[in-house]
Amino acid sequence: MHSLKPLKRLLFAGAAVLGLTAGVVNAETTINGAGATFPYPIYAKWAEAYKAKTGIGLNYQSIGSGGGIKQITAKTVDFGASDAPLTVEKLSEIGLMQFPMVIGGDVPVMNVKGIKPGEIKLTGAVLADIYLGKITTWNDAALKKLNPHVKLPNEKITPVSRADGSGTTFIFTHYLCKVSAEFKEKVGNSTSVQWPTGVSGKGNEGVASYVQRLNGAIGYVEYAYALQNKMTYALMQNKDGHFVKPDSDSFQAAAAGADWAGTPGFNLMLTDQPGAKSWPITGATFILVYKKQDKPETAQQVLKFFDWSYHHGGKMAESLDYVPMPASVVKLVEETWKKDIADASGNAVWTDAMVQK
Amino acid sequence: MDNVRSHISDAISTRQRLMDRSFQAVTTGFAWFVLVILGGIIASLLVGGWQALSAFGPAFFVTDAWNPVTERFGALVPIYGTLVSSFIALIIAVPISFGIALFLTEIAPHWLRRPIGTAIELLAAIPSIIYGMWGLFVFAPIMSQYVQPWLQNHFGEIAFIGTLIQGAPLGIGMLPAGIILGIMIIPFIASIMRDVFLTTPKFLKESAYGVGATHWEVVWNVVLPYTRVGAIGGIFLGLGRALGETMAITFVIGNTHRLSLSLFEPGNSIASTLANEFTEAVGDMHTSSLIALGLVLFMITFVVLALAKFLLLSLETREGVKT
Repeated sequence: MHSLKPLKRLLFAGAAVLGLTAGVVNAETTINGAGATFPYPIYAKWAEAYKAKTGIGLNYQSIGSGGGIKQITAKTVDFGASDAPLTVEKLSEIGLMQFPMVIGGDVPVMNVKGIKPGEIKLTGAVLADIYLGKITTWNDAALKKLNPHVKLPNEKITPVSRADGSGTTFIFTHYLCKVSAEFKEKVGNSTSVQWPTGVSGKGNEGVASYVQRLNGAIGYVEYAYALQNKMTYALMQNKDGHFVKPDSDSFQAAAAGADWAGTPGFNLMLTDQPGAKSWPITGATFILVYKKQDKPETAQQVLKFFDWSYHHGGKMAESLDYVPMPASVVKLVEETWKKDIADASGNAVWTDAMVQK
Repeated sequence: MDNVRSHISDAISTRQRLMDRSFQAVTTGFAWFVLVILGGIIASLLVGGWQALSAFGPAFFVTDAWNPVTERFGALVPIYGTLVSSFIALIIAVPISFGIALFLTEIAPHWLRRPIGTAIELLAAIPSIIYGMWGLFVFAPIMSQYVQPWLQNHFGEIAFIGTLIQGAPLGIGMLPAGIILGIMIIPFIASIMRDVFLTTPKFLKESAYGVGATHWEVVWNVVLPYTRVGAIGGIFLGLGRALGETMAITFVIGNTHRLSLSLFEPGNSIASTLANEFTEAVGDMHTSSLIALGLVLFMITFVVLALAKFLLLSLETREGVKT
């Protein structure tokens, strides 16, 4: 779900290999995790810096959210990672708790002759109609009405979606379900859905290459991917009716405006959040850990790593075009750790004294 | 002295017998090992896919729904895509490979045979993902800008052919996927055909040339009947590769679970569905359906190879009657 420039990617691969060999040499100083591919580059970068500081390494296998959930359920890893939050029922069924780690989101990108980045304005309803196959040409009345000053060509729209199951699709369909009852009824919300129209590509790069290749195509890719590849994005109308541009500020605005405190199990999608500046297609990627810990020392190491990443990893996240969690949410997450995670005899695993400000 | 000698030879023969026996046991073990693995694969695919197979029943193979939201799955679209794209590949690859093999064994001057033969074998070494990327970035634009509009302008109104070529000119879909597959399997089929054509005894061909046969007549009436078994084996090897091909197909087939008669509409194949969806399949039913899909692919390949064997057997028995 995430792609980087080759050099950066090479560095991360190197770091991952180093981490792995270190893990073999000394198993006690390595924490193991598996799951979502989207946050892998930032987890790897945090792990590298954290290891340099503390000597504790992270072995993270980016096998996909579904795989991450399976592995944590089988207890083969210390934590799982998922792009889509689990429901409260599912969490309690397995005995897990989840918390949001990094913010991400989707950006609609397109390939229309003569259209520059940020020139076209879209609403959620129009986007849903495009993906339902109801709006089929770029000079459709609905698009003309939103963009009176743009010269829209009489070109067929080819909606491009993700072929593989992904958190990107989960966020995107979650948003479309929120803004279109018809989309909710006909397609629904999942990591992969049966699209009524268009073509599908594997991964962000698959979607991006289809969009760049097909005239009149529109697709959705993860924010960092759109940014790094300088793709032609659209402005989206948010819940307050403003048209916003996808950038770090608008993503953070969506996360800050969300009601995390009132949502049990952090089971919250950040789509269509209130706020004048909020980007509407926003989500977070989640970490899954067991509430009852058989190995409290390992659990402590895991939480320490994420705590350090929350407080010291913001700059690193931004350098890779991720959006860090706002401080208010971090505080709430750590309160929940204190309450929810305990060892076999019921003692809290996390205490305030462990916070590494 | 004699006594000693026979004693020594006794010892040697005992050792040899022992070695022979253990060698026999080891090789038998290796041979059985393959069967055990085969059985293990079938069993684990059955167990993994059982949830889906029992929930949907035989309808699994003939429904075209693939909806992870409602957890309704059917294998029709990927099965159709796998069969049609492989069929297109064969239509393209078999005549071309035959031509290549014919040229290399009968027509080309001797100094040219080796370089061209090597070049064709090198084609087989290109990773499939390279074919896929070439397909998407070079071949698909040509299809969408020139080939498909031209086809639609000239044949779009004809009843059946019109349906086959309708759709937006995306340049991706069943036909481009089949063509890429065809190009990919040409080196396999061509090099096997060349090798088996070379096994035809010289005197047979020379007698045919001697009574005034043309190149074509020699190949069609002498070489091909003599090497039929091997040539068909090569074709089926190519088909096997086409059925299981993943990456190249994923790039150009469009990865969409929609059934369409048009060869230019995006579709899906079993292998690309598995590659695309396995890692992020969260629901148990979704995972199980994917494994069941794997079982279907296994069965298709199995049936194809079994048919090939059966065909070859019946050809062999007819051989004696004919001559």
